[in-house]
Amino acid sequence: MKAFAELLDRLAYTPSRNDKLRLLADYFASTPDPDRGYALAALTDGLFFRLPLRRILSDLLVPRVDPVLFDLSRDYVGDTAETIALIWPAKAPGQEPPRLTTVVKTLQSALAMEVPGLLANWLDHLDATSRWALIKLLTGALRVGISARLAKTALAEWSGKPLSEVEEVWHCVEPPYRELFAWLTDKGPRPEVGARAAFKPLMLSHQIEDKEFALIDAKDFVAEWKWDGIRVQAVHQGGERRLFSRTGDDISGAFPDVVETIPEGVVLDGELLVMRNGEVAPFNDLQKRLGRKTVTPAMLKSHPAHIRLYDILFEGCDDLRTLPFIERRARLEAWHAAKAPPRTDVSGIIDFTSINDLEALWAGARETGIEGLMLKRRDSPYIAGRPKGHWFKWKRAPLTLDAVLMYAQRGSGKRSSYYSDYTFGAWRNGDGGEPELVPVGKSYFGFTDEELRELDRWVRNHTVDSFGPVRQVEPKLVFEVAFDSVHRSTRHKSGVAMRFPRIHRIRWDKPASEADRLETLTAMIVE
Amino acid sequence: MRPERFDSWLTVDAKGLYCRPGGFHIDPYGGAKRAVITHGHSDHARPGHEHVLATAVTLAVMKTRLGAVATRGTQAVKYGEKLQIGEVTVTLVPAGHVLGSAQVLIEWKGARVVVSGDYKRSADPTCPRFELLPCHLFITEATFALPVFQHGNAHEEVAKLLKSRAQFPERAHVVGVYNLGKCQRLIAVLREAGYERPIYLHGALQECCSLYETFGVRLGPLKPATGTARDEMKGEIVLAPPTAIADRWSRRLPEPVTAFASGWMRIRARARQQGIELPLVISDHADWNELTATIAETGAGEVWVTHGREDALLHHIQSTGRKGRALALIGREDDDQ
Repeated sequence: MKAFAELLDRLAYTPSRNDKLRLLADYFASTPDPDRGYALAALTDGLFFRLPLRRILSDLLVPRVDPVLFDLSRDYVGDTAETIALIWPAKAPGQEPPRLTTVVKTLQSALAMEVPGLLANWLDHLDATSRWALIKLLTGALRVGISARLAKTALAEWSGKPLSEVEEVWHCVEPPYRELFAWLTDKGPRPEVGARAAFKPLMLSHQIEDKEFALIDAKDFVAEWKWDGIRVQAVHQGGERRLFSRTGDDISGAFPDVVETIPEGVVLDGELLVMRNGEVAPFNDLQKRLGRKTVTPAMLKSHPAHIRLYDILFEGCDDLRTLPFIERRARLEAWHAAKAPPRTDVSGIIDFTSINDLEALWAGARETGIEGLMLKRRDSPYIAGRPKGHWFKWKRAPLTLDAVLMYAQRGSGKRSSYYSDYTFGAWRNGDGGEPELVPVGKSYFGFTDEELRELDRWVRNHTVDSFGPVRQVEPKLVFEVAFDSVHRSTRHKSGVAMRFPRIHRIRWDKPASEADRLETLTAMIVE
Repeated sequence: MRPERFDSWLTVDAKGLYCRPGGFHIDPYGGAKRAVITHGHSDHARPGHEHVLATAVTLAVMKTRLGAVATRGTQAVKYGEKLQIGEVTVTLVPAGHVLGSAQVLIEWKGARVVVSGDYKRSADPTCPRFELLPCHLFITEATFALPVFQHGNAHEEVAKLLKSRAQFPERAHVVGVYNLGKCQRLIAVLREAGYERPIYLHGALQECCSLYETFGVRLGPLKPATGTARDEMKGEIVLAPPTAIADRWSRRLPEPVTAFASGWMRIRARARQQGIELPLVISDHADWNELTATIAETGAGEVWVTHGREDALLHHIQSTGRKGRALALIGREDDDQ
């Protein structure tokens, strides 16, 4: 438990992705089976303990901690689970602290009535960090900034195996992943993917660069709309139906409405959208259904899901991935015409004879649900990863707003000495009619290192107040902020939320009074 | 004034805690006639008193930091030496907080009062260990007076620092430390853990380290952090005041891992708020268990709480059948930086 707790503790405080990868790799290298396998499961949301943990813990605390002292401590610490971990009265050493494996296996077979006693005994013999980790493990919310994708990347980098292979076998191995670790350490064969509904790593595109337009010959490429949802893979093989995200996370639980319509014997690639009456709803609507394990009947009705298909990877026993794109496309169309599964359609192909045709379309693309254009080589096989020269994405031009810098916050990790996170606002009329700024967004990227140094200096020289790591600055500096779209939001004072805001340009020259008003931003909302 | 009525002869005035039959203040604000100083931290050792009585180390620290220690005269006292001041007998006894730190024992007409100053019970290679004094009234600090504060073992925290150094050999590790006490203790614990490389110091830390060495505390090879090439600092341990670790000063270091050695680091929100990547729970103050155990062991029937989180400690004192009182002394929030 101690090594796992140390890992979680370091990860929770480590902002840099590369540093996290190194901490994970060190842990996998130095921890034996099956502990490392259970840790991997915990990090990738693969362990569930259905325990009334809150009640168990509060019952356990009653005879152990004075309630007045607990409340004072809870107020100071600010987090109940952390307070319990810190305040738990430690027993004199004697009994060995439990291993992670012991905790997981014991709980998996324990009766509900045995759990409080087991938990109390473990907490008695763990140090404060391990108690914190144990409680986090049992709540099922580690919140240490590790996605399943990052954990898989760490496995790939540590072992030297390609990430796409790790992702492919991922859904065919189970905690504590002995088979997987045996393969990763060259002590066993690659786990059998078999006929089960396994994830096949996706083919991804590159953002097209200006100089590459000249290389696009209309006769070699087809164009498609890039829909504004999330890329998914829908699988129905070996009697199992699954819906995977772009990174191979199983999201079937949240989208039963589309999962149940996938016909047998197929692996499809498409865009997951929310559609109402044949119209693509804003991304915000899809967001409401993402990130949860299940979905309510009301949500299924109000936010119906749909897959717009781009590609087909398997049909029956045929692996189509080596075929040229246009042949796969023909198979996809024929298959869809024959099966006509509800809640799906095939994304249309756009006719074009020259790049200029496309440019006009691209420039006019402001319709809801369109994120830009895709250009695909007619002869591209389906290659896992992001192969060069096959698929290009051409995102539509971003929206922009001139906003005024209001607050700056210290960054983390390598940026911790810089004020690098910026909150900016737009003008509106205050209650008395006088102009006031209201925050409309926050961003910490889009500028160069040199610009960061200048911004940091500017913030320090124009501070009017500070609150912990945050400084309020004089409302004098204008940012041209670029963003993909803007939506209504009840969580923000301004009533709007930007998607992907980034600092496009720093307008050192522009007077703050000439920055944009909130109405300019609300006019860009897609309803 | 009656000896058993402590508040009749120990009072709080605008300068702080005052002993009437002795005619002196303890750790007062500036301008006291006679001041007994427990230790050299700036919230206890203030400038401008006429007469100052303290250990030789504390006087030396005050001289280094303040220039002039007192306007009329100073008196250095050895631990355990009994001094008659007015009607009372005063004895300074090790408090285990920093080098030179003392508890103040005041005896008057059979009553024994101990002012703890700041103290800790756990081991510290740089200063003499806390000595327990039985007394009738114990006036205690309460910096970490919540049961969530249990400081643990400094060696385990140093092991975390050394492990991180091995994991990230291309980065410097910059550790925020308070300039008097924490800095030297961390160095000494690193040496006990077998770390023999030079330790790099921010300029503000050098004076106190030299002072410790003058008083016989061996710290091993130390180097100034400024003036060393960036590449040479890879893998090195650098100590700096807390204000410098995540500010412009630290930009001279190669991709520093930001650490902070403080009792506050036990609380995640505090570490995160300051952007700390490697919190090290090392404190020179008593934690909750030490505070409550010490109160019990002194046998005091009455306990006064000076600065810190007095609510929780008073609750504990009263629920264990003792008389408790909060002394409202201002200006002592949140030390142990």
